[in-house]
Amino acid sequence: MAKVIVVTSGKGGVGKTTTSASFSTGLAMRGNKTVVIDFDVGLRNLDLIMGCERRVVYDIINVINGEVSLKQALIKDKSCDNLYILPASQTRDKDALNLEGVERILDELKLTFDFIVCDSPAGIESGAFTAMYFADEALVVTNPEVSSVRDSDRILGILAAKSKRAVDGLEPVKEHLLVTRYDPRRVNTGAMLSVTDIQEILRIPLLGVIPESESVLQASNSGTPAIHIEKSDVAEAYRDVVGRFMGEELPMRFINAEKVGFFKRLLGGH
Amino acid sequence: MTSEDPAFKIKTGNLTLLQLHINTADMAELKKQLKQRLSQTPDFFAHTPIVLDLSAIADNSSELNFSELMPFMLKHSMCAAGVVGGSEAQRAAAVKVGLGLFPDGPVRNPLRRETGDALSVAGHRELPVQEKLFSSDPVTPELTVYSVVPEVKDVAATQSVDVVASVVAPVPFVRQTMVIDKPVRTGQRIYAEGANLVVLAIVNAGAELIADGDIHVYAPMRGKAIAGARGNEAARIFVQSLEAELLSIAGCFKVFEEGVPENVSGKPAHVCLEGSRLVINSMFY
Repeated sequence: MAKVIVVTSGKGGVGKTTTSASFSTGLAMRGNKTVVIDFDVGLRNLDLIMGCERRVVYDIINVINGEVSLKQALIKDKSCDNLYILPASQTRDKDALNLEGVERILDELKLTFDFIVCDSPAGIESGAFTAMYFADEALVVTNPEVSSVRDSDRILGILAAKSKRAVDGLEPVKEHLLVTRYDPRRVNTGAMLSVTDIQEILRIPLLGVIPESESVLQASNSGTPAIHIEKSDVAEAYRDVVGRFMGEELPMRFINAEKVGFFKRLLGGH
Repeated sequence: MTSEDPAFKIKTGNLTLLQLHINTADMAELKKQLKQRLSQTPDFFAHTPIVLDLSAIADNSSELNFSELMPFMLKHSMCAAGVVGGSEAQRAAAVKVGLGLFPDGPVRNPLRRETGDALSVAGHRELPVQEKLFSSDPVTPELTVYSVVPEVKDVAATQSVDVVASVVAPVPFVRQTMVIDKPVRTGQRIYAEGANLVVLAIVNAGAELIADGDIHVYAPMRGKAIAGARGNEAARIFVQSLEAELLSIAGCFKVFEEGVPENVSGKPAHVCLEGSRLVINSMFY
């Protein structure tokens, strides 16, 4: 049975699209037929991060309006055979997304895909609501700062009260916490909330911690999901996240500050 | 009808009654002010049974002229049902004109607004109708007093307090309990109407709990808790870990801008109203 997973946060700029790209790529790399949908109608970032912006001809709004078939709008990922992207429209506004249309698309996608990843826009407006409404599971992306945690709390409240599963009285949406842009050194100095602090407030299971890293910027500028960047801790962290999501028991990494070795210090490394 | 079918039944019931506080025995003055008040709202009383509270003139040696007052009240659609308080002579006079006697000494509401008028219509009272209807002995019913919503004490009224202050009808009895077993998160508001509220999961900052009765939170309480939302001053708040932003009982509230006082912060606590003061008690010493 296909699973619909929403990547959401409430707050903007915390790493939803980066996570959607890497997470869906990770699922596909493990052999799952995966599609990632950009719900950020009007802004459209996912195709840039996935490096397929030049191949966007049709988008989700065209499909909702019945102008093209789903097959015509889906873009095959350049490096993964099992991964497809359904881009957002840059020229329409969010009101063009309607629940009936989205449900029709999701039902059609469920026939061929194992995982449907929905990249939610920021905020709690209709776009974000539409992205989360049909979700079976939710990846709540949070930065280690108070306002981001507060917004995630709000989103969790909406998921629990207003998602389709809640409205229909089904088993609630399964929630996962993903802490991104985590810098253990700044946690130690008290400049950032720790993973424990965040869990104490949100109280949902931790799926993973993605460290703050230069390679994320580098990856998105080059149109490659961060999970593809060889030997980067971000890629490792995202692989762990996908592994845990698939049920593997993996120890949490990147939550403690790395000790700078004697030789590294001697040689001036940092 | 056979002889087996009872012609009547005597039962106990709880009714809400209005009280008319009589502050003077001067019939002319009383009638004048009553008339004045009733002219503003002529349809306010629709043959509503009213209890005359005589406690304010109990020490007054002058007799209240019931034979003049009763027809006057009736003319204005007020049905006097009985008296509460008053001197021996006043109560005896009331019985003579066919009024009932309610037991003396109802619990006083310390927050009741005192007016300079010769009379004031105060809040509703819960008066059980007794079985001994035919006995002339004064009965001693259990009194449960719910009063009008007290005025908001703090000038810095917040949005949530507006909610409390706008609802004035007292809810006589609170029996049901609403149980919430999922986290109450930022932006969520739970209202237990006419009920107690029990929350088994975390209540986060920015969340709001409102109950007409008591509030219990068996987890960290970081949001706002508004108990006795319709004026029940006996309502209480119980929390397992006090980290609240705001606590309110019957419209009397405290905001914790600088956080909860250190001696109760993060500890189990019980909050109640003492007079017009909100008191936070640590539950373990």
